[in-house]
Amino acid sequence: MRHMIRNVFHSPKFVWGFGIFVFILIFCIVYPLFNPGNPLEMLQVGGFAAPGTYVNVYDTVAADINKEETLKIKFRLPGADEKRLESVLSADDRNTMLKFLAKVGVDTSEVDVEDLDQLLELWEKYFDPTSQPKGITRADWNKYKRINNAINRISSTDRRSVSEKDQDGQMAAVGDFSSIDYVSVDEVANHITLPLGTDNFGRDMLKELVSATLTSVEMGFIAGTVATIIGLLFGLLAGYVGGVLDDIITFITNLFTVIPGFVLLILISFSIGQEQRGVTTVALVIGLTGWTWTARSVRSQVISLRNRDHVNLSKLSGHSLFRIILSDILPYIMSYVVMAFILQVSSGILSEAQLSLLGLGPKSTETPTLGLMMNWSMLYKAHTSGYWWAYFPIILTIAGVSFSLNLMNTGLDQVFNPALRD
Amino acid sequence: MTYEELQNAPLCLSGRQLTKVFVNGKVSKTAVDHVDFDFHQGEVISIVGESGSGKTTLSKMLLGLLNVTSGTIYFKGEERKIRTMAQRRAYWNGIQAIFQDPFSSYNIFHKIDAVLDDCINMRYGRHIDKQKREDLKTEACSFVNLKYAELTNKYPFELSGGQMQRLMIARIFLLKPQILLADEPTSMIDACSRATILDMLLKLRDETGMTVIFITHDIGLAYYISDTVYIMEHGKFVESGSADEVILHPKAAYTKRLISDVPKIHEEWNLDDVFTGEE
Ligand SMILES: Nc1ncnc2c1ncn2[C@@H]1O[C@H](COP(=O)(O)OP(=O)(O)O)[C@@H](O)[C@H]1O
Ligand SMILES: [Mg+2]
Repeated sequence: MRHMIRNVFHSPKFVWGFGIFVFILIFCIVYPLFNPGNPLEMLQVGGFAAPGTYVNVYDTVAADINKEETLKIKFRLPGADEKRLESVLSADDRNTMLKFLAKVGVDTSEVDVEDLDQLLELWEKYFDPTSQPKGITRADWNKYKRINNAINRISSTDRRSVSEKDQDGQMAAVGDFSSIDYVSVDEVANHITLPLGTDNFGRDMLKELVSATLTSVEMGFIAGTVATIIGLLFGLLAGYVGGVLDDIITFITNLFTVIPGFVLLILISFSIGQEQRGVTTVALVIGLTGWTWTARSVRSQVISLRNRDHVNLSKLSGHSLFRIILSDILPYIMSYVVMAFILQVSSGILSEAQLSLLGLGPKSTETPTLGLMMNWSMLYKAHTSGYWWAYFPIILTIAGVSFSLNLMNTGLDQVFNPALRD
Repeated sequence: MTYEELQNAPLCLSGRQLTKVFVNGKVSKTAVDHVDFDFHQGEVISIVGESGSGKTTLSKMLLGLLNVTSGTIYFKGEERKIRTMAQRRAYWNGIQAIFQDPFSSYNIFHKIDAVLDDCINMRYGRHIDKQKREDLKTEACSFVNLKYAELTNKYPFELSGGQMQRLMIARIFLLKPQILLADEPTSMIDACSRATILDMLLKLRDETGMTVIFITHDIGLAYYISDTVYIMEHGKFVESGSADEVILHPKAAYTKRLISDVPKIHEEWNLDDVFTGEE
């Protein structure tokens, strides 16, 4: 037995699969310790904030000007102005600039909008805010002037002032700052880091994903355990006892096989009703519809074992049916059962995802699952609107979990079936 | 004991019109076809036939491991009853077996001790004291020239095929059944161990006086060890009688062919008298 376990951990495929799976699990368990709170809390007003760190604007200004002089940290970072320009001039703005240059007769085929230096050089040379060239509408001219102002504002070294209303209701300057003043993020009272942004409801995607992964894996384990226990029990009885019992069990198994499991799953889930569909209920339903192939393959394994001489010898030694199944049959198929269990867990997770995608998963108000998250991102069109962070990480997680489980399974297969070894 | 005396000994195991038909969908195969036999106490019987002639099927039926399609088996003169677990246990106290392939006769997950312990539990009960249990195991192993101290706590795969089969004989030594059914016990063993195993089987028989049903495809071997020979062809007994009668004066064409197929019958079993013989 120990020998076998050592062999299993010598299989690179198994070790990789196991490693990935354990890594995902540990991450999902540890992450909430550092970032506690309800994963379904709506943090954002609105939704679909892109991944990043968000610093409260109000607090940043307050931190910069209201605190002691020592807090006014100054940096002269190379390329700071360029970065500022780049962030101010959107792609639209640059194309507008290009249009203007074309109108005043510059050959723009050589100009690259990505090359800001070249663009600005040409702009400075041809744009004169005091003389509006002919053939340019007033609306366009105003647009050009606005862009020009923005450029000049960035380039200037003027200080900015912050005003507040005083007792008389007059705006009065309370402080000022320049373009080289910095304030540490930690000094800003409110800021939030969203590594995966927010979903349509404005909930922290990563926090939600971590919680959903744990729930989905848990559901997979419940479904896998139920399916494996039922399948094993039926397979052992049908295969070993045979006769009428075999006929009955085979009939039930065939019945479940003829009706596609997924259709059955949909029908049962639908008839349970949204309110009654808890995480455990759905997992049990998935397990109850998924046991057939375990039963069938266990049955055929047992049939090939039951005529082996060690079983005959055990019978001749007066052992009971129960004991023979437990000690002469089960150990021989145990490795196979472990593999079937892993596949059942994996298919349980995928079934949950499919079911939830159709809106027939667990009720959506309590805990997120991977399937529910996919469902939400579909409903709110994250995939068609380019909010990649709201669906891609979910797909990646589902793929990662089932890939790691299948890898473990392949590794085990190679250890247990020497014929497959390379 | 002379052959006649043996034939007058009490009946141990008999069969009347014993038949086994395997049905597989629409195909049915008659593996054992209406056979009759009488095995007496203390007799060594060989059932000889080519591979596929139904010997193993017959032996599984005799052991109660395979349902009988039709016909009756009598155990010690009475119709055999193996419906309940208790009846089966009682029957298996009287009949035991050694199988062809020692490598598949062991549960690879159990230590060797478990096999011997099962026998002791079966014959002496679970509550036998520890020292007695160890003594019994040591005695059984030394009967087959194995050292119990070296085997204890080992797994079957650590033994050679010959050692495994000897341990199977040790098992019979512990159980001391009235009937031993040995289904080609030496066919998977290397030639060196083969003679040892046979000697041990015969020694065990001499010591316990049990009936031995020896199944083999080797007619020379059958002549060497048995009192009575049954020749089996396509599930039927084509000829039976004392070993001398059947092998020295074969009547059935099949028996003659079996004998002629063993060219080395002389040298291997030193059967000079077979053909120069008592005639
Ligand atoms: N479980 C089974 N199902 C169908 N046919 C079987 C089965 N067991 C044995 N047979 C057939 O019965 C015949 C006799 O087999 P067997 O008793 O094993 O022969 P032997 O032991 O003399 O070589 C063979 O033709 C074999 O194919
Ligand atoms: Mg055979």
